[in-house]
Amino acid sequence: MNLGDFFRKYGEDDIFCKKAKKGFYVFLGLVVISDFFVHHDHVNFLWDKIPGWWSAYGFISTVVMIVLSKAIGHAWLMKSEDYYD
Amino acid sequence: MIEWVSPSLFFYLGAAILPFIKGKGRSGLLLSIPVLALLTILSASQGIHGVVSFAGQELIFGRVDKLSLGFGAVFMVSAFASLVFALHVKDCREHISALLYVGSAVGAVFAGDLFSFFLFWEIASFSSVFLIWLRGEEASNAAGMRYILVHITGGLLLFGGIVIHVGSGGGIAFDAMPQMGLGPTLMLMGFLINAAVPPVHAWLADAYPEATLTGVIFLSVFTTKTAIYALIRGFPGTPILIVLGAVMAVYGVMYAVNENNCQRVWCYHLISQNGYMITGIGIGTALGINGAVSLAFTNIVYKALLMMGISSVTHMTGGRKQSELGGLYKSMPWTFLLFVVGGFAIAGVPPLVGFVSKSIVVSAAAEIHQGWVILMLVFGACGTWLHPLKLIYMVFLGEDRAKDRKIKVTDPPANMLWGMRILATLCIVFGLFPGLLYGMFPEPMEYHPYTLGHLVEAFQYMGFTLLVFMLFLKKLTPENYISLDTDYIYRKGSLVFMWLVKRLAFLRHVT
Repeated sequence: MNLGDFFRKYGEDDIFCKKAKKGFYVFLGLVVISDFFVHHDHVNFLWDKIPGWWSAYGFISTVVMIVLSKAIGHAWLMKSEDYYD
Repeated sequence: MIEWVSPSLFFYLGAAILPFIKGKGRSGLLLSIPVLALLTILSASQGIHGVVSFAGQELIFGRVDKLSLGFGAVFMVSAFASLVFALHVKDCREHISALLYVGSAVGAVFAGDLFSFFLFWEIASFSSVFLIWLRGEEASNAAGMRYILVHITGGLLLFGGIVIHVGSGGGIAFDAMPQMGLGPTLMLMGFLINAAVPPVHAWLADAYPEATLTGVIFLSVFTTKTAIYALIRGFPGTPILIVLGAVMAVYGVMYAVNENNCQRVWCYHLISQNGYMITGIGIGTALGINGAVSLAFTNIVYKALLMMGISSVTHMTGGRKQSELGGLYKSMPWTFLLFVVGGFAIAGVPPLVGFVSKSIVVSAAAEIHQGWVILMLVFGACGTWLHPLKLIYMVFLGEDRAKDRKIKVTDPPANMLWGMRILATLCIVFGLFPGLLYGMFPEPMEYHPYTLGHLVEAFQYMGFTLLVFMLFLKKLTPENYISLDTDYIYRKGSLVFMWLVKRLAFLRHVT
């Protein structure tokens, strides 16, 4: 089987894709739970003491990044492709 | 015995004889140049070499220390992979431009005085613009002209700064500069333009996507990384760089959200990555400098790989925008796989190389108790992960937006794949064995990236970034627009200027 067939086999397999998605959600849960038990080498900031902080921060940062960029883009910065022509 | 041969010499000589050699001989010549230069660099002893007296000054062409050795070696490895990727290019003018450009960049890295550094810096600027012009389209002609005008401005600031610094008794040695005074300030401005620091960054995203498909690989490596080298050498521990770098890290990833052109997404991504390095330089501690160096070295590898991935897609499909691509994982499986390695490496997915380099700068910010810097850098890190995800999905996985494409799409020619394979291998090897990377740092360092704390932290923000990506997939659908940036000022400003000049010329004619 060449590489293209290998990817096609899994890419077009809906059951595999659903299983992978489920596996990902389980992984997310495990990562957050594990933060309650992991010893952090350096505790410098307030957030170093909050378990799951980086999960929440990652989630909020990415939402802010997408929503804010799209909002500023649509309101102001995004122009048609021939704008400078 | 000859104690020092400048690695630039191989590139300049190679560029001179290249037009007279055809076929396989040309390929052999192109590939032997970075190999010979790398051997020269690796065999050089640390110290000052290649001193030339000129106009009463001692010019140093071979300052060999850990910093210049590291940059020189990584430049050569990257040049080799990029030349492999570009072997199929028939136009020898493009190879000549690339050779002059790379030779000058490596020359600047080994220059021990300000004048020889400036000489190489300028040759690099003027040779690199041909990699844009050689695309031969109206848009690339105009973008190249804007590129060279910006770099001439940067070069003049740098030269003015050097003259004032030397004139006021600062000497011509290129070492850490004083943080006060007009001369060093002008030099810093010149460096910041080439490092693409906002608000003087727009030239990068404007010009690079208009370059030739192989030229953009060289461009993405050598100009900004030479500037990063210059900042490490001349301005370590300059506090303003912490602020500028942290702003850059956020600015780049914010702008990349709306970009449709794939190369332009990587350009904004590159600006964000450079922000990490500049923050490390501004922090200036051993950990900060090593973090900047580490990111520079690894970024050279995975950014070139990612640029190659998009160039391969454009080479095979003709598409440059996300809105005209999609579903290519079946027809370009090797490109897909190698692109994923690059994307995961730049995002810092363990055990790839980004993971072992990115956390150093964050740790350096923690060491100096700057919590806001950490928050901005991790915000940038979320974007550094979001955009590879977006391009992997939009270009390779999602629905094919060009189903009626007439040509049969396959993986690119073997040389292009091998160029990518070399860099992907480095992403894996340096990630698995970080000691190889850490051994090249200018400052001694004891750092263990694979601690449970680091891993859980990285998996958390990366996992939830991926979750948001899945939830917001529809909102991220590419749109056929461009985004205005600070180049608006000179692109529109020049029209006003020309209007004024014409009015004045008309009035003069009337009177």
